[in-house]
Amino acid sequence: MSVLVVVECDGGEVKKSSLEVASYASQVAQMLGSTATAVAVGEATEANLAKLGEQGISKVLYDSEPRLKDFVNGAYTKLIAVAASKEEAKVIVLANSNIGAAVGSRLSIRLEASLATNVVELPKTDGGKFVVKRGAFSGKAFADVELASDRKIIAVKKNSIEALHEAGKTAPVESFSAQLTDADFADAPKEVIMQDQAGGVLLPEADLVVSGGRGMKGPENWNLIEDLAKALGAATACSKPVSDVDWRPHHEHVGQTGITVSPNLYIACGISGAIQHLAGVNSSKVIVVINKDPEAPFFKAADYGIVGDVFDVLPKLTAAVKELN
Amino acid sequence: MKFLVCISNVPDTTTKITFTPDNKEFNKAGVQFVINPWDEYALTRAIELKEAQGGGTVTVLNVGEADTEPNIRKALAIGADDAIRVNAHPKDAFFVAKQIAAVAKEGGYDAILMGKESIDYNGFQVHGMVGELLGIPTVAPAMKLDMSGNTATLEREIEGGKEIVEVNTPFVASCQQPMCEPRIPNMRGIMTARTKPLKVVEPTTDAARTEVETFALPPAKQGVKLIAAENAGELIKLLRNEAKVI
Repeated sequence: MSVLVVVECDGGEVKKSSLEVASYASQVAQMLGSTATAVAVGEATEANLAKLGEQGISKVLYDSEPRLKDFVNGAYTKLIAVAASKEEAKVIVLANSNIGAAVGSRLSIRLEASLATNVVELPKTDGGKFVVKRGAFSGKAFADVELASDRKIIAVKKNSIEALHEAGKTAPVESFSAQLTDADFADAPKEVIMQDQAGGVLLPEADLVVSGGRGMKGPENWNLIEDLAKALGAATACSKPVSDVDWRPHHEHVGQTGITVSPNLYIACGISGAIQHLAGVNSSKVIVVINKDPEAPFFKAADYGIVGDVFDVLPKLTAAVKELN
Repeated sequence: MKFLVCISNVPDTTTKITFTPDNKEFNKAGVQFVINPWDEYALTRAIELKEAQGGGTVTVLNVGEADTEPNIRKALAIGADDAIRVNAHPKDAFFVAKQIAAVAKEGGYDAILMGKESIDYNGFQVHGMVGELLGIPTVAPAMKLDMSGNTATLEREIEGGKEIVEVNTPFVASCQQPMCEPRIPNMRGIMTARTKPLKVVEPTTDAARTEVETFALPPAKQGVKLIAAENAGELIKLLRNEAKVI
């Protein structure tokens, strides 16, 4: 009755969100009096996988099949299902990422498991029940959900849990083969196109986000957003109207029908704060709003605010960050 | 080609969320319901592909009680040919996926499209469950979908980029922008929608695997601390020393 956690790797390293997920899994294992095994997907090095011991992982399984470097829904599902049977896993933990949702949903059928996505806290196990808290209504509410099946699959939302760091602890890395066949790679990508990160931070993984709205007046002014983001080590984002008119690419659109972020800090520049935008950001730990309109609804959802012109305020903030560093 | 488009009936995006006094259910009183915005991408793209192929059908499927019919009619007005409603309260994603899979199996559809997730439950689960129940590939979330014969070419969003994926029919895709510009009904569509077939079927199983025990609203914010624009640099100090986030 172990806990299995899926860790996503990229460029040899374990993604930060997966360190959180691994920490979640080892804490669940502790609650259940069991151990947590990780199964790695993507491109990983053995040294980095061994370091998952710092997150309380007892063992790491790694299938070195080269076609697993890119995301393939069919193959990843089988890989994890095989690992789950091998480990007799009762609880499977994934990141609430595109990969986590795509794989978790298929696995829930294959393993006859209850599935909860968007989970924000460790489970409650009082009275023999297994209950998780998850975000619902686009961040406007939470739901406590009972997972009734014997097996449970949990996809944990980014930044909901602090990653553990027991320095120096390592986990043994076992090579393992799920005996994947060509049929498992039916949805293998013909091509993978990664965004040009240009040294920047990826939005879904970011702890700090600087976001711009229509108040930025045009794409030519985005250097102000980028300068502050760069000084902070933050990712850049935008509101829906901005991506709708192609000032910024769609993958930066944060909101109800864009991506949902939950960073430690979200700085909104020239965004009025429509309810659909708030849905994508309101689980951020700290929200800063800069807007020249003191009546902008976003101020009601903010922790800190500056009523002022973004073109005047942003350079001052960037300078202040540089001074602090 | 035969398209099956699954839609859900959700509170309008501007709805203020409240719950029944026991916090067990969403409070529907006075709330306007709409077609789930993500599902609109699936619906419009299916209609566009059907038009491009010069034939085929687009069937809309909803798992819901009779009060969802106005939005099913709206989907017919936008351009779907016929509709099926599975007459049941959508208990959880597994329950809904089982109903969709049963309808899909009987209808022999080539492509099963739906939105990435519903804006009420935000599960992002049904697509994969349906694909697995039917033993066919799922592409989720899909930002682009083109068809050539029996082969679909899709762009699948991954964190930090996208994959170009080709799958053969039948397949499931969960759709999101920028797949297409969702259509709104025109007057002719609204008139013809009234007479398009809407079949009501009963659920094939009542099995569910999760149950909501209670809903809660997020804690209210403490109120905003304002910093004068002239003194903007002060904010950075507060973020470091008080909020401790940088």
